[in-house]
Amino acid sequence: MELYELTIHELHRKLKNREVSSVEATRSMLERIGAVEDRVRSFITVTPEEALKNAEAADRRIAKGKIDVLTGIPVALKDIFLTAGIRTTCASRILENFIPPYDSTAVAKLKEKGIVLVGKLNQDEFAMGSSTESSWFGTTRNPWHPDYIPGGSSGGSASCIAARQATATLGTDTGGSIRQPASHCGCVGLKPTYGRVSRYGVIAYASSLDQVGPVTRDVADCAIMLGAVAGHDPKDSTSVNLPVPDYSAALVHDVKGLKIGLPREYFIEGLDPSVKKAMDEAIATYQGLGAEFMEISLPHTDYAVATYYLIATAEASSNLARYDGVRFGHRNTDARGLLDMYMLSRDEGFGAEVKRRIMLGTYALSSGYYDAYYLKAQKVRTLIMRDFIKAFETVDVILTPVAPTPAFKIGEKFNDPLQMYLSDIFTIPVNLAGTCGISVPAGFSREGLPIGVQLIGKPFGEETILRAAYAFEQNTEWHKRKADM
Amino acid sequence: MKYQVVIGLEVHAQLLTNSKIFCGCSTRFGAEPNSQTCPVCLGMPGALPVLNGKVVEYAVKAGLATNCAITPRSIFARKNYFYPDLPKGYQISQYELPICVNGCLEIEVDGEIKKIGITRIHMEEDAGKLVHMETMDAGEKSYVDLNRACTPLLEIVSEPDLRSADEAVAYLKKLHQIVVYLGICDGNMEEGSFRCDANVSLMPVGSDTFGTRAELKNINSFRFIKQAIEYEIERQADILDEGRKVVQETRLFDPATGTTRSMRGKEEAHDYRYFPDPDLVPLVIGDDWVEEIRGTLPELPDVKRQRYVAEFGLPEYDAEVLSASREIAEYFEACAALYPQAKTISNWVMGEVLRALKEDGREIADCPATPRLLTDMLQLIEKGTISGKIAKTVFEEMYKTGKEPARIVEEKGLVQVTDTGAIEKIIDDVLAKEPGQVEEYRNGKEKLFGFFVGQVMKASRGKANPAMVNELLLKKLKG
Repeated sequence: MELYELTIHELHRKLKNREVSSVEATRSMLERIGAVEDRVRSFITVTPEEALKNAEAADRRIAKGKIDVLTGIPVALKDIFLTAGIRTTCASRILENFIPPYDSTAVAKLKEKGIVLVGKLNQDEFAMGSSTESSWFGTTRNPWHPDYIPGGSSGGSASCIAARQATATLGTDTGGSIRQPASHCGCVGLKPTYGRVSRYGVIAYASSLDQVGPVTRDVADCAIMLGAVAGHDPKDSTSVNLPVPDYSAALVHDVKGLKIGLPREYFIEGLDPSVKKAMDEAIATYQGLGAEFMEISLPHTDYAVATYYLIATAEASSNLARYDGVRFGHRNTDARGLLDMYMLSRDEGFGAEVKRRIMLGTYALSSGYYDAYYLKAQKVRTLIMRDFIKAFETVDVILTPVAPTPAFKIGEKFNDPLQMYLSDIFTIPVNLAGTCGISVPAGFSREGLPIGVQLIGKPFGEETILRAAYAFEQNTEWHKRKADM
Repeated sequence: MKYQVVIGLEVHAQLLTNSKIFCGCSTRFGAEPNSQTCPVCLGMPGALPVLNGKVVEYAVKAGLATNCAITPRSIFARKNYFYPDLPKGYQISQYELPICVNGCLEIEVDGEIKKIGITRIHMEEDAGKLVHMETMDAGEKSYVDLNRACTPLLEIVSEPDLRSADEAVAYLKKLHQIVVYLGICDGNMEEGSFRCDANVSLMPVGSDTFGTRAELKNINSFRFIKQAIEYEIERQADILDEGRKVVQETRLFDPATGTTRSMRGKEEAHDYRYFPDPDLVPLVIGDDWVEEIRGTLPELPDVKRQRYVAEFGLPEYDAEVLSASREIAEYFEACAALYPQAKTISNWVMGEVLRALKEDGREIADCPATPRLLTDMLQLIEKGTISGKIAKTVFEEMYKTGKEPARIVEEKGLVQVTDTGAIEKIIDDVLAKEPGQVEEYRNGKEKLFGFFVGQVMKASRGKANPAMVNELLLKKLKG
């Protein structure tokens, strides 16, 4: 097996035993990126020099016996994470040449552990989208089929794992942006509980919903990455001061007696038969392992998408105001006067989907509309949260599809925003409720596209969903299939 | 027609914290442009605000000192608008749930005491500063200095309870005194640490429906607030007299002309799209913290003034002057602890001390004539070592050099002459020189007595004990 194909825990063992060096692993990865990138386009920026520098440092550290599980591991990051001295674009023209002066907390934590940064990954512009088609830097392809989208917004984070261009990646999830592409690309993707991982230095889309999380080859890697980035950050007032458990230790192969809820409202018409099949098989697998199923109700599910598109866009309209051409980012230099500069810089700098959401959000917050839209949405959000609290009184985890369909074709929904928005119908409620969810590979469509299922946990119940996902993975073969590149 | 003016004031007080409200950058004034900035106050992508606890403490102090209720759970909100001095495109402020509500202050105008309501006090961040410059090559250019961005402000909003420019000034002075007393604001109006916007409207006398208001901005002195309001009253009265309507608008005060001019109308008013800032959690303030802060409040001017009257028997006027600032009050109280005659101290502090300080622009805390020196000198007067008049000379020297008063008296030979023989001799000499005046006095022109006293004091170079001069002179003249 090539070095680029290994998981974190496999590569770590080889690094620790000095069978290979980080430089060797990194070179293997950079060659792999070079070989397949044309066909996938996972990256906005590949950073070979940084990677080799990091790898050499990691090898020196390993030589001193100070190896961490992530030391020397090639990692790529969604281009939403600020990396000091390395261009960070958020897939937007407005930040096309932006070089941040500081690292996001998540990146700083990974650097401390000695990771090797191989590059910055494509995404939907400002994380707004479900297909990675709204990137200023072009569309990423699904490694399983070049005509299909990889999902989004963390499309590059998932395609990169599926195409084996990095050992592990980080993405962000505001309404499904980790779980949906992980599902579409056959990876493991986890959205932690809101407040579990610091948002400092992560370009904000919707501050009350955004969370950082890993996209990985398997559940064990997912636990490692989550443990590395989780924890309280004094620089993020919304990060929660709770101890970080040893997530790897939670990976025991036992779900006997685990109470799994199936929300009635998630088995909708229009659910793709292959998704339905994956769900049925997943239920059978868990039953075989001794888990107990019960039907539950999340009665306000119908309102989730509408609620999300009011809250997320309202926050985005404010968060994106700082891109005004004054201090950083794209500025139109022919502008006559201040207002002209604002309008031209933003008109040129933002793409259509971003503009659409800024306008929606501005409208939702406008005087005279605030109560009817933003405030009402916040109230519904509370109801959705209560749905979950109530459900978790009787079940330990909730099992749902990740998306109603497998990956769709490039261009299929790009000009139909409403259809696009509905592809996040099963993931959005988790963000609104602020709790955690994981997507694990659970099947394939007739076209050979991967399908994932979602396990939703209680707030700060990451250990439970990781354990459930791990047990499932140990009893299925889906995660072992590789995209044929 | 006769109109009743209705005024409400919005005051912005910059807080004296060492660091900014949402980041660790210094708040020092006058540093190199943009040298006191970081990703947070520059509004960099990904940067997040973290609230400075000192700001909360200061806001609670201000609230307690103005009789406000402290909100147990208050919320920060974003006020959205575009301007180059506002790096994030929104200002973090408080909107629906401010930290302090429902306060009041008492003011006194023309001997009448009036209660002025305080609607709310909230915390917010300041914006940066634009510097406009002509350049040789590129014409006019604007530069952005973000050192001030994110420095903490309190906005203190009064009820529309003020009914004249004088009341507005009295309220503003009172508020100014309180924030400076609390040590939470330096009160410097020229540098903008304490600035004021005024909402002014007129209604016919007897009406209880407020008229349309204009908001006056850019008023940075007590004198200007009076000018601005008085101009505005006249302007609005003229409009109403002509049967026209006052337009709701924001008007800029121009100190050069003492007038106000329209800045933007209601239709151009921003829709700030306030909403709770999702980056900051609700601010929860427990009763125990409030009580802890209450315990650190200094004695406030009103209480102090009343105490000076009750405890030291000072006249109202003296008590007012001595309690006007915390530093003067501290000086006075230090003196009072060393010397029992409060009124004598008060006379000297209000007279010589404040005059000397004013002349060389010094703060009372730096007064070279310390409370101990001043009271030592008062003891010398009381013992009769020097006269009150000579004491002024001693004070001058003491203020200049910081020397002990006893030493000054000794070095300059200023000891009061109390020897009867010596004084009689001086009197004899004076009377001998002025036989005509003596004659006139003895013929009934008694007001010449003062003239003789003056001559005797002069001849003794001020050192003769005035009481003895009086007594002996009278005896000699009556002969």
